[in-house]
Amino acid sequence: MNKLKRYTGIIWIALGPLAVYYLIKTAAAEIAKKPVIDTKIQWIVFIVVFIPIAMGMMIFGYYAFKGEYDHLPESSAEIED
Amino acid sequence: MQQNETKTIWQVIAASSVGTLIEWYDFYIFGSLAPVLAAQFFPKTNPTAALLSTLATFAAGFIVRPFGALVFGRLGDLIGRKYTFLLTLIIMGGSTFAIGLIPGYETIGFAAPVLVLLLRLLQGLALGGEYGGAATYVAEHSPTNRRGYYTSWIQTTATLGLFVSLGVILITRHSLDADLTKSIAKFNQWGWRIPFLVSIILVIISIYIRLRMKESPLFAKLKTEGKTSVNPLKESFVHKGNLKMVLLALFGATMGQGVVWYTGQFYAQSFIENVCKVDFDQSRTIIIWAILFATPFFVVFGRWSDKIGRKWIMMIGMLLAIVSYRPVFNYFIHLTDVKELVRSLPKQMPGLNINSQESKDFEKQWDDFFAKGNKADLIIIKNDTIEKEQKIISQYKYRWILKDEIQFSELRTDTVINYKSNPEFRYNKNVTYIDKRLTTSKYWKIVAFVWVLIIFVTMVYGPIAAFLVEMFPTKIRYTSMSLPYHVGNGVFGGLTPFIATLLTTIYTGDKLVGLWYPVLVAAVCLVIGVLYISNKIDPDVND
Repeated sequence: MNKLKRYTGIIWIALGPLAVYYLIKTAAAEIAKKPVIDTKIQWIVFIVVFIPIAMGMMIFGYYAFKGEYDHLPESSAEIED
Repeated sequence: MQQNETKTIWQVIAASSVGTLIEWYDFYIFGSLAPVLAAQFFPKTNPTAALLSTLATFAAGFIVRPFGALVFGRLGDLIGRKYTFLLTLIIMGGSTFAIGLIPGYETIGFAAPVLVLLLRLLQGLALGGEYGGAATYVAEHSPTNRRGYYTSWIQTTATLGLFVSLGVILITRHSLDADLTKSIAKFNQWGWRIPFLVSIILVIISIYIRLRMKESPLFAKLKTEGKTSVNPLKESFVHKGNLKMVLLALFGATMGQGVVWYTGQFYAQSFIENVCKVDFDQSRTIIIWAILFATPFFVVFGRWSDKIGRKWIMMIGMLLAIVSYRPVFNYFIHLTDVKELVRSLPKQMPGLNINSQESKDFEKQWDDFFAKGNKADLIIIKNDTIEKEQKIISQYKYRWILKDEIQFSELRTDTVINYKSNPEFRYNKNVTYIDKRLTTSKYWKIVAFVWVLIIFVTMVYGPIAAFLVEMFPTKIRYTSMSLPYHVGNGVFGGLTPFIATLLTTIYTGDKLVGLWYPVLVAAVCLVIGVLYISNKIDPDVND
């Protein structure tokens, strides 16, 4: 099970940039289709909000790959260490 | 002694739940009244005002909510849960009441949309801080074996807030005049302020109740011992040990929970109203009934999670949502489809001379139609005569009131050519069927299936407060659980109606294409949750 957790980490690492690429591609297409300020604002908000989330997904994947989730903490002391 | 403890916990639950419910109510009335508010404050004729409208819609939900989670989460871990979620309540209540008092764009001009935007941002900020405080406060008063049960009462508040907001809006909309049309007109003119103003009474009562409550015993103990966090943000999101749990909470639980929540309660309503074209009142009462019957299940699943663990209830809820969304929404389309009915309706035939015998024969069809107890009202919206081309372009609406069948309006734009010499109908193929009023049987079938969608919501949402509380240490709990919750709900969930609708405008061939967004997000979350989350119930949240 721990092996599976680690290997799927690679998928989560890849998912971050893939999601950002798809988001920017869609945003560019939508803005080109309707280049009004409303559309631009909407998509800029989405990109600004989703980029840190995508980075979070990559960090999550990295932690998973490194085996950080092989054992989950059972007390707060373990988290704080 | 035990009786006193039981009394205290119920006081804690009541004080937390009522306030949180009011905050959700305040947040949702703005969303539910968006078209009315747009007309009052954000006229489309003024591009800057329209831009502010977009900002009010997107910024409050997606940026300010998570930001509020950080600001108030930090405060809650520094000064305490009680005063922080009291503050969020005051900010939310004050902002909501103030929106109800702002004069419209026509009266004070550009200041109106600016003020509304600022107040809406304050609402988002306050909401970001409320939930984490309420859930933490209840959980820190709860015994281990009932933590899921007691916190599940907090979980009912978001849905009940939506329920109350829809109810207050519908009642106000219907009660301003004996004539419904006049009542709706009055509501759009000034009556929309009532739901905002009413909020202040509820907020004052809730503040009074909360002021009488004591600080969470766990936090009070930490404070007495001088063990509170010095920098909750750093400890929550910089320290690897905690950051990895924040990421796990987001990607393995709240992300999927957010999309299931918003699909079941918001996108379902939006889909029934905008895709199936069911009328305003029915599309809302369907949700109201479904919520009413489903809400007790938040508590059922919360309680059950104390016995079997939180993980599998949430994961099964997500799985059921993923596999059933397309069939359920497809069934909504099927139930509200009027194509078969339209074929049986009497009409002028395209290409027929109006004065011809064949055309007159259609009068018989109409006679038969009326003889069956059906009715039809014709409302001409616009007639444009183009003399040069001998053409009349008519925009009109038939209201079909059919016996024991769906009632609906048919919006058409047809043309009569050669209107002076040899008039002939030319039908435009772009006909829309709107304002559908369902039969009782179809109405309740849709209620039943929306209820099923909300049951999935209760499965993923009922146990999640206890789950999040158990993941993090007391001294940074408020901060650590608030952010993944509001990113999962505010960003992933809040975007559901928008992205789903957007997908339907990009891929126009498939009315269900919008469901791919919640399905994919929930599927990723399900895989992460199943693989990485533990089903163990933390026996000790005191640490």
